[in-house]
Amino acid sequence: METKLESRVRQTRVILNSNYAAAYAVRDADVDVISAYPITPQTGVVEKLSEMIAEGELDAEMIHVESEHSALSAIIGASAVGARVFTATSSQGLEYMHEVLHIASGMRLPLVMAIATRALSAPISIWNDYSDLMNVRDTSWITFIASTAQEVYDSIIEAYMVSEDPRILLPSIVAYDGFWMSHTYEPLYIPEDRKTVLEMLPRRPRYTLDPDNPITMGSIVNPDWYYEIKYQQVEAMKEAYRVIREADAKIEENLGRVYKPVESYLAEDSEILVLTYGGIYGTLQTAVDLLRSEGLKVGALRLRLWRPFPARDLKTLVEDAKTLIVVDRAISYGASIEGPVALETIAALYREGLYPTIASFIAGIGGRPVSEDDFRDMVKKALELGERALKIGSIHWGVRGAEYE
Amino acid sequence: MSWRELPIGGIILEAGNSVKRKTGDWRVLRPVIDQERCVRCYICWMYCPDGVIEIRDTPYRTKAGRIWNITFEIDYDYCKGCGICAQECPVKAIELVEEVK
Amino acid sequence: MSSIYRIRGVRDLPREELFAPGHGLCAGCTAGTVIRHLLKISGRNTIVVNATNCVEVSTTMYPYTSWRVPWIHVAFENAAAVASGIETALRVMARKGLIDPNKRINIVVLAGDGGTYDIGLQALSGMLERGHRVMYVLYDNEAYMNTGIQRSGSTPLHAWTTTTPVGKVLRGKMQPKKPIAEIVAAHRIPYVATANIAYPIDMDQKFLKGLQVEGPSFIHVLQPCPTGWRFDPRYGIEVGRLAVETAMWINWEITMGDFKVTVRVPKRKHVKHYLRIQGRFRDLSEEEIEEIQELINKEVERINRMAGEEVIGPLAE
Repeated sequence: METKLESRVRQTRVILNSNYAAAYAVRDADVDVISAYPITPQTGVVEKLSEMIAEGELDAEMIHVESEHSALSAIIGASAVGARVFTATSSQGLEYMHEVLHIASGMRLPLVMAIATRALSAPISIWNDYSDLMNVRDTSWITFIASTAQEVYDSIIEAYMVSEDPRILLPSIVAYDGFWMSHTYEPLYIPEDRKTVLEMLPRRPRYTLDPDNPITMGSIVNPDWYYEIKYQQVEAMKEAYRVIREADAKIEENLGRVYKPVESYLAEDSEILVLTYGGIYGTLQTAVDLLRSEGLKVGALRLRLWRPFPARDLKTLVEDAKTLIVVDRAISYGASIEGPVALETIAALYREGLYPTIASFIAGIGGRPVSEDDFRDMVKKALELGERALKIGSIHWGVRGAEYE
Repeated sequence: MSWRELPIGGIILEAGNSVKRKTGDWRVLRPVIDQERCVRCYICWMYCPDGVIEIRDTPYRTKAGRIWNITFEIDYDYCKGCGICAQECPVKAIELVEEVK
Repeated sequence: MSSIYRIRGVRDLPREELFAPGHGLCAGCTAGTVIRHLLKISGRNTIVVNATNCVEVSTTMYPYTSWRVPWIHVAFENAAAVASGIETALRVMARKGLIDPNKRINIVVLAGDGGTYDIGLQALSGMLERGHRVMYVLYDNEAYMNTGIQRSGSTPLHAWTTTTPVGKVLRGKMQPKKPIAEIVAAHRIPYVATANIAYPIDMDQKFLKGLQVEGPSFIHVLQPCPTGWRFDPRYGIEVGRLAVETAMWINWEITMGDFKVTVRVPKRKHVKHYLRIQGRFRDLSEEEIEEIQELINKEVERINRMAGEEVIGPLAE
């Protein structure tokens, strides 16, 4: 992301953590119904929204449900009658919603959800990784992964723009690192007057439950029709890429911040690229500076858009590099490449006819910190292993006793 | 019809279009109302699970000269022949007869 | 609210059918009777939230629907949560001027016994505790009929189901039916009632009351199932009537905490009359029938105590 000094909309500087940034975006989007269940580290989002509703800053209702399953179900109901809705969760909560995630997208409802990502039990851990998010990749939700509180704010606004677009009508997730971001304060800019946000988010008609025009939603479909209805989702998800780029342009025009599906740092002349996602991108950029000072031509990439997967953007960025290192923050147990983003990247590059040397690392599992030194050492390890790296599968970074020669 | 023409999300836009499915062909036994004996008590209409007993504003004059303002008629396009109407009729005015195709 | 304000008899019911024929419910399925009456009382200004169940799969076989009111199905266990969202959204949107604030829309949940007693109990409890203005209608056919007659928390003692066979060791379901309506009533919501398709006017009056209260209401309807209970479809109403006449089922209501039996039974029949008409109780011994009779006797005593008078009379035949 880059920030232009001037934007069309007057903005004010605030200091917020990513949970609160999400809440401010929801407030500014004039959301009608929020439903959520407390889970660490997401809780701050709903606490802040509860305060905003209590103070009359947001004219919405909070449904204090008895579970995440009901949280998502309640906003499905609210969205089905035309309301703008929001929920937030983490980890086990997201897993508990899993069934309903598929239903929400299958019913083509423009829900928006924030996820403060967190490791999955067992053993139970409240700390960060992306196992929860990666587990829901096939649920047909548009998925953004933010790396700053600013981006969390902007992405939630963008998520409503895209989800509610009549060409799309799919739900969206905005994910960010639990604790590393959800509880870390950063400066960001938000519009002084929320009318400017609402101009970007006009209320648009869609099919809703209305006694004056009764429709049936959620019918049972036999093999004769099911596939066509699911194929509509396939097409909508592909189309979402274009609509996201249009929304990126509107965010740039109005708020002066430039977003791309894959962000890059010093990628242009790099022989070695390191791809990751979420809040550790800042650390990675520092590591890139370190490695460059050591004479290595290294650059950084960050996956901002996870669904739909931006294969062509990745191709353009990776085209001239010799080595691509993917640092994942989740494990796909038993997969040929256990890092989910690495797996997807390899498929995308193969599709685009690109065959760089690839190394897959998994790091930061269960909240273990990933430092500049870790990134530097991963790059050196990848260069040392060369073509052998991928034969290993994924390298589980920093696991005591795990050795890769 | 291609995926492009279908409403998204499996939504059905035409309320009550199940009337296009004629369930009358399920029927094995056919309920027949004897209009002479029927006392217009509404009980068959009240209990019918498929709502196929119609109240018609057609007057009926019995052989004994009694005039009814309404007539109950069965919509055989949908009647599944469950027999609840015949069973519940308090004057045994509905008979179940073998369906002949 | 309904356009009807009072129901004294069948002639007060509108002729208009908001539940179209052509659905795939079994011949003689009395769930059809329940829905017809429900929609006659609620009228067009109604949104139905259907839990996964027989009604859902047989009335919305794509691209056909039997519903002439807006209808939504999301999943098995969450109908109460979906309805909570709808009710909340309509309230907020009316306040914000996004929809007509003067139109009162009924929100009705239609769920079966599995979706209420078992998998949906948590969402239901949440909805009741939060006080949403939703009428929850439970049509109870005492087993998972949609998947082919498996035991639920509602299945009565000794009833045969495909997962509670009657054998040498196990004799049908070995536990009695869970008292769901009283569990709901313990949430102290404005209106809870039990009803039965054999007494449709009593049932309709309860639907009407349920829609008129400002908060959650719960109507528990016994819905005999010819397929799962193993009886000739023509006896669907008769079976329901025998349930009341034997006090296997009692029609009551709790209005703002006041308990009242709405269908009194001066002299009750022996439960064998109810059991013998159904194949699911076919293999019961005399002792097992007496065991069920004994449960009923105790329940009648308890109900009469709650009513403060003898509303259900002695065993007469």
